Amino acid sequence: MDVRADPTRQLVRLRGRSYVAFVFSPVVPIVEWLSEIDATLARSPGYFVGKPIVLDLASVDLSASAISHLLGSLDERSIRVLGIEGVDESRLAANMPPLLTGGRACVITRNEPAQKAEEPKEEPKPKPTSLLLESPVRSGQSIVFTDGDVTVLGSVGSGAEIVAGGSIHIYGTLRGRAMAGVNGNSAARIYCQKIEAELLAIDGYYQTAEEIDPSLRNRPAQAWLQGDTMKITPLN
Amino acid sequence: MAKVLVVTSGKGGVGKTTTTAALGAALAQSGQSVVVVDFDVGLRNLDLVMGAERRVVFDLINVVQGVAKLSQALIRDKRLEYLWLLPASQTRDKDALTDEGVKSIIDDLRTRFDWVLCDSPAGIERGATLAMRYADEAVIVTNPEVSSVRDSDRIIGMLDSKTVKAERGERVEKHVLITRYDPARAARGEMLSIDDILEILATPLLGIIPESQDVLRASNVGSPVTLNNADCAPARAYTDAARRLLGETVAMMVPTERKGLMDRLLRRRAA
Repeated sequence: MDVRADPTRQLVRLRGRSYVAFVFSPVVPIVEWLSEIDATLARSPGYFVGKPIVLDLASVDLSASAISHLLGSLDERSIRVLGIEGVDESRLAANMPPLLTGGRACVITRNEPAQKAEEPKEEPKPKPTSLLLESPVRSGQSIVFTDGDVTVLGSVGSGAEIVAGGSIHIYGTLRGRAMAGVNGNSAARIYCQKIEAELLAIDGYYQTAEEIDPSLRNRPAQAWLQGDTMKITPLN
Repeated sequence: MAKVLVVTSGKGGVGKTTTTAALGAALAQSGQSVVVVDFDVGLRNLDLVMGAERRVVFDLINVVQGVAKLSQALIRDKRLEYLWLLPASQTRDKDALTDEGVKSIIDDLRTRFDWVLCDSPAGIERGATLAMRYADEAVIVTNPEVSSVRDSDRIIGMLDSKTVKAERGERVEKHVLITRYDPARAARGEMLSIDDILEILATPLLGIIPESQDVLRASNVGSPVTLNNADCAPARAYTDAARRLLGETVAMMVPTERKGLMDRLLRRRAA
């Protein structure tokens, strides 16, 4: 039986997005570092107003109260801190900006403050449309790639899942879950060298292990959508 | 160069502590200096299996918190000169472990021993992640059951992502050790086969330890199975596994069932 899971439910879509922010990396003594900030502000007042600022505390060892004091000092200079990185989460109080991780360096074009406010970042590179995984996907891992196809040169363990905007290709045994065409791509397919899947889904239409024909087990197979039925056939 | 090896599994009761003690003793018997470290804070057992429970004064948490020096907490084995134990605390829980504390202890142990064997607690929480955090090698203990194999798969994924080596882009060398292998049940097809396990885990095999009363008997008298009765089947399997860890090539023996009187009388062909 092929049914779309609860069609009336309105899903809350959580999306990730990355932005460019200024990173402040205070150094000890903090007082002198703050006076450097003051010097910058003296040259171009309001330079940091309304800008996203991240505080990188990796090079200093500050207690919770010292962090709170530093945030206060920045606030006095009309510098609003969007997030903090490089510090243990336990040092952050609930009223402080959240801890950020996984930041990557990028080039900031130092424009004049007036222009800077309107200017967006440099034009985005074309995103890759496929993801290649060269190692097995282990139980508990979740690979989500909504921009295109996912290829796995290994097995997908029981309890692991692959979510792809396009098709999924597995050159090993599929023991976990594979969900293809999650952005509404009903032409997406799932291919695997050996099928022992816990669940297959294409564009929201799914089949669980129980519904998959046992005669297909352990064989190379592909799954695709024909209207609203999922077809699973051997590949040879 | 000291090697830090974590003995882990995800699932509980598969034989991590038995394996840590047995491999530690086997490595020490071959002349390596070895420390076995119990990371199972709150549910320690390694001290019992090593027969050192009555000599514990200070423990891992005392050293992490600076209450005791490492040399005060280390317990030398009474039977083997090169075998040492660093016990866990029974009165605390895993939150008492800190990343920096574990790092400094492991760094210190690296300077004193050839092998640092970390006995991981079950689960995937703080205790288990800190036990594997600084490892160079890992022994994943697996029973021939689907639940155990899936948990091991999960742990291998964590070894590939949550360890310091992995974060530096290097690899933790991983070995699968199959324990509680029952030849009789295997013959009846009631267990996952060795091939199936290795196919699922895609990780090299370190050894196969047969299910045996000798293991239980050894831990009851507080002795690593490789020391208690070096001739029994599990002890020989552990000794072979330890030799493989040292880089030797040892033929892999799949345990088979002893059949009857004739087999017992004519056990082995003389050289």
